[in-house]
Amino acid sequence: MKLDVNGQAREVEADPEMPLLWVLRDLLGLTGTKYGCGEALCGACTVHLDGNAVRSCVTPVRRAAGKKIVTIEGLSPRGDHPLQQAWAELGVPQCGFCQAGQIMSAAALLAASPKPTDEEIDRSLAGNLCRCGTYVRIRAAVRKAAGV
Amino acid sequence: MSERGDRRGRGASEETTGGAPPSEDRARFTITVSRRSFLAGLAGLGAAAAGLALGVRVPGAEAAGATGAAVFAPNPFIQIGTDGVVTIVCHRSEMGQGIRSSLHVLIADELGADPAKVQLVQGDGDPKYGDQNTDGSSSIRGQYEAMRTVGAAARMMLVTAAAKRLGAPEARLLAQGNAVHDPVTKRSVPFGELAVAAAKLKVPAKPVLRPRAELVHVGTPMPLVDAPGYVTGAAKFAADVQLPGMLTAVIARPPVVLGKVARLDEAKAKAVPGVVQVVQLPAPTAPVKFQPLGGVAVIARHTWAAIRGRAALEVAWDGGPNAAYDSAEFTRSLLATVRAPGEPVRRLGDAAAALARAAKVVEAEYVVPHLVHAPMEPPAAVARMDGGRCEIWACTQDPQTAQESVAEALGIDKSAVTVHVTFLGGGFGRKSKPDFIVEAALLARAAGAPVRVQWTREDDLRHSYYHTHSAQALAAGLDAGGNVIAWRHRLAYPSISSTFAPNANRPSRGEVNQGVVDVPLDVPNLSVETGEAKAHARVGWLRSVCNIQQAFAVQSFIDELAAATKRDPRDMLLQVLGKPRTLGPAELGVEAKMLGNYGAPLDKHPIDVARFHRVIEKVTAAAGWDAARKAGRAVGLAVHRSFLSYIGVVAQVSRGPRGEVRVDEAWIAADCGTIINADRVRSQLEGAFVFGQSLFTHGAITMKAGAVEQRNFRDYPLVRMPAAPRRIHVELIPSEGPPGGVGEPGVPPVAPAIANAAFALTGTRVRTLPLVPVRPVRPVS
Repeated sequence: MKLDVNGQAREVEADPEMPLLWVLRDLLGLTGTKYGCGEALCGACTVHLDGNAVRSCVTPVRRAAGKKIVTIEGLSPRGDHPLQQAWAELGVPQCGFCQAGQIMSAAALLAASPKPTDEEIDRSLAGNLCRCGTYVRIRAAVRKAAGV
Repeated sequence: MSERGDRRGRGASEETTGGAPPSEDRARFTITVSRRSFLAGLAGLGAAAAGLALGVRVPGAEAAGATGAAVFAPNPFIQIGTDGVVTIVCHRSEMGQGIRSSLHVLIADELGADPAKVQLVQGDGDPKYGDQNTDGSSSIRGQYEAMRTVGAAARMMLVTAAAKRLGAPEARLLAQGNAVHDPVTKRSVPFGELAVAAAKLKVPAKPVLRPRAELVHVGTPMPLVDAPGYVTGAAKFAADVQLPGMLTAVIARPPVVLGKVARLDEAKAKAVPGVVQVVQLPAPTAPVKFQPLGGVAVIARHTWAAIRGRAALEVAWDGGPNAAYDSAEFTRSLLATVRAPGEPVRRLGDAAAALARAAKVVEAEYVVPHLVHAPMEPPAAVARMDGGRCEIWACTQDPQTAQESVAEALGIDKSAVTVHVTFLGGGFGRKSKPDFIVEAALLARAAGAPVRVQWTREDDLRHSYYHTHSAQALAAGLDAGGNVIAWRHRLAYPSISSTFAPNANRPSRGEVNQGVVDVPLDVPNLSVETGEAKAHARVGWLRSVCNIQQAFAVQSFIDELAAATKRDPRDMLLQVLGKPRTLGPAELGVEAKMLGNYGAPLDKHPIDVARFHRVIEKVTAAAGWDAARKAGRAVGLAVHRSFLSYIGVVAQVSRGPRGEVRVDEAWIAADCGTIINADRVRSQLEGAFVFGQSLFTHGAITMKAGAVEQRNFRDYPLVRMPAAPRRIHVELIPSEGPPGGVGEPGVPPVAPAIANAAFALTGTRVRTLPLVPVRPVRPVS
C-alpha cells in the first residue's frame, strides 16, 4: 500500500484494516503519535488526514491511502510551528505524552480558524485528554500561537 | 512515604565513588534532541532555552567519559571533560513533575556551573545513585542536601586545583559560570582546564555547602528542558523504543487477582496473521507484591496482530479466592465497620463522654471508591536477553526495584540486569510497580527475541494496583457557644500493606499518618479509630495516597461544622486548627512511634499551625474570599499538609449549561519550603488541581465478581478541557526552609474545596465520591 506521510511516499505491507496508528508506529517507526486508548477517546493518536484532525487509532490504514498524512514529526520541517514554539515558551507539557496529539488538534483548529474563540479552543481540544492536567496552559498556548 | 520506606528498608544513603560511563545503548535511547533545525526554530525563546535544548542532547560515549581523555568524575553524578562540558546525571524518573528540569539546577548551582549549559544524562537503575524510587514526592525533599553535597565536592576539588594553578589561596576563589575566578587578580580558569588536575585530588570527606544566597538559580522559574522533545514527538517513551527483531506482546490476564487459566485454546489466536507465539505466564502466589498477574501472552510482529491475537484467544478463567468481591457490597460492610468502635490510634481526653454531653452533635460519613492512575501512557516495557544478561527499557518510577524483580523472576543475579529509564507518560504511583517489566523479561526469554509488552487502556484500568476503597465516619460535639469539644474519626479501608503481607487488614501506621493522626486539631477530646478491612484487589499507592480520602473527609467535615453553626468556613477552619503552634506526639495525642511525618524528623519539619494559617490567609486573600461570599459566589476552601508541604485551595463553582456543578476558577497557595524550579512547582500544582477535580467529579473503579467493571475512558472519564477551570492561580510562599514535597501535596485539598464550594452553591453535601458516577460500559462481544 502506498502512503503519503509527511510529504514522503512510503510503501507498507499491511492489512488494510490495521489502524493507521500502528502502521505509523510499528511499520514506519514514527513514534511521535501515541497510543492512549484505542477507541478515539483520548486523542493521543491525533494526526492530520488532508488537513483534518483524525484519531489514527480507529482509522483503518485503507482510509488514509491517497490522502496526505501529517504526523507530529511532519507538522513543521524545523519543529518551529507557532504552536510548538508557544508550547515550549509557556512550559505547557508535564509528562509530554499527550502533547503531540494536543498540538495536532490545535494545529487543525488554527488552520480552519486562525483566531479561535475560547469556546472553539475548548471544543476542538475536548477530545484530547491530559492526565497531568495542563489544560489551562494549553489554552494559553493556543491563544498565544493565534495571537489572540 | 514511610509506608513504602518501611517496606523497602532501603536508606537514601548515597555512595560517592565509582562512576561508570553511561552505556552506549542508553545513550541511544535516552532523550535525544538532535534536530538542530528545531533549535534554530526556537531562536525566539532566547539563549537560555536554546542552550538548554542543546544540553539535553545525550552526549555520546565520548562526552560521557569513554574517550580515554582525562575526565573529572568525582562521583556518579558529575563529569567534567577537558572540553569543559559538564555532564550531570538525573537519577530520578521524569514523569511530568519536571525533575529533569530541577535536579541539575541544584547540583549546577552548588558546583558553579551554568544550568543552561549542562549535558543531562538519564541514570540507569543502579544502587550507586542511592535512592531512585521516584515516589513519595521525595526527589527534592529527600535529596536536597545530598545533591548539593555532590556539587559541593566537585566544586571544592576544582577550587583546590585552581588555587594551585593560580598560586592563590583557595579561600578567596569563587566557582561560577563554569570557571574558577580570583577576584583579586581578576584571573579565571575554566572548569575544562582544571579537569585533569582536579581528577587527581582526593574527594573531600565533608564537602562544605555554599551559603544559600549563592544558589542563584534555585527558586527561579527555569525552563522546561525537555520541551523540544515533547513538542516534536522526539521524546522517547517506553513504547517508542524499537530494537532490531523486536516482537510485541499483549497479554490476557485473569480478570480477578489470583485467578488462573482454567482452559486455553490458542488455535484461533495463532491463526491471526503476524502472531508468532502464544505463551502462558506463571500464576502469582499470595501476597501478590510486584508479581505479574499471569495469564496468556500473544506475541506478534506488531501491536495490531498482538491485539487481534489476544481477542481470538479462547480462555476460561478460574476466579480464585477473590471471585466473590463486590465493591458495592464492600461499601456497606465498610460503613458497618466505621459505625462501631475501632482500634484507637490517636486519643486525647474522653471523646465519648464529651460527645455525650455536647450541646450539639454533628455526624457525617464519607465514602471514596477505588481509583486508578490511568496515566496517558499505559504501562509498556521492552526487554532483550543476551546470554545470561537482560536489558530493559521501561517507563519505571523505580528502576532498582525493577532490576531486583526482573532478576528474581529470571533467576539471575541483579548485576546481570540493566534497566534503562525512558520518559514516563505519567506515573502517579502506577509505574513504581514493576509487574509489567517482569512480564517483558519473561516473554523475551520465552521468545528468544526482544519483546515489547504493551498494555492496552483496558489492561491499565482492569489490572492495576488500585487506590483503596474507604469509608469514614466523623462525629463532632459542639458546646453551646459553638466550640468543638469532641472529635471522633473512624476509618476503614484495605491497606496497601495487604499487597505485601497476607494478614495486613487495617489502615497502617504509614496510612494514618496521611492526614489523620498528623492533623492539628484544637479539640480537647479526640478519638481516631481504625477498623478492619480485608483486601480483595491489588491495593497500591496513587498520587498523594490516603491523603485523598482523609483530607476529603476532614476538610469537608470542618465545612459541615461551619454550616451547622452558621459560621464562615474559614473562621471555623482556623478555629479547629487552633492558634499558631507546633505539635508533637503529646499535643496530637499519638504515641511517638506512631508519628511517621513522611520519614522526616519533627525538629526539622514540625507540624506547624502557623504555616497552615499562612496558606489559608494567602489563598483566601487571592480569591477575594470575603467579597466573593458577600457577592453570593460559591467558593469552597480546604487546607492540607502532606509530604511536608502546606497547600490551601479555594475553588469557585457555578451551574453549567446542563445544571451541572462546574469549576470556574481555582486559587492555590503553597508553602513547600525551599523550591528549586518555580515554574515546575506551579505546573505541578495546576495539574494537581485537575487531577483532584477528576477524582471528585468522575473517578470510580467498581468491581463485580472480583473483576473491574470499567474498560476505557468512556466509563472511567477524566476531566476534559471544557470542564477545566478558566484560570488556576498559584501563590508560592517564599521560604528558605527545608524543602517539602511538590508532586503530590497539591491533590488532597482539591476534592474537599470543590465539595465545599458545591455545598455553598447547591446546599447539598457531597459525601460519597464521585459526584457524577458513570455506569460501566459492557464490552461488545
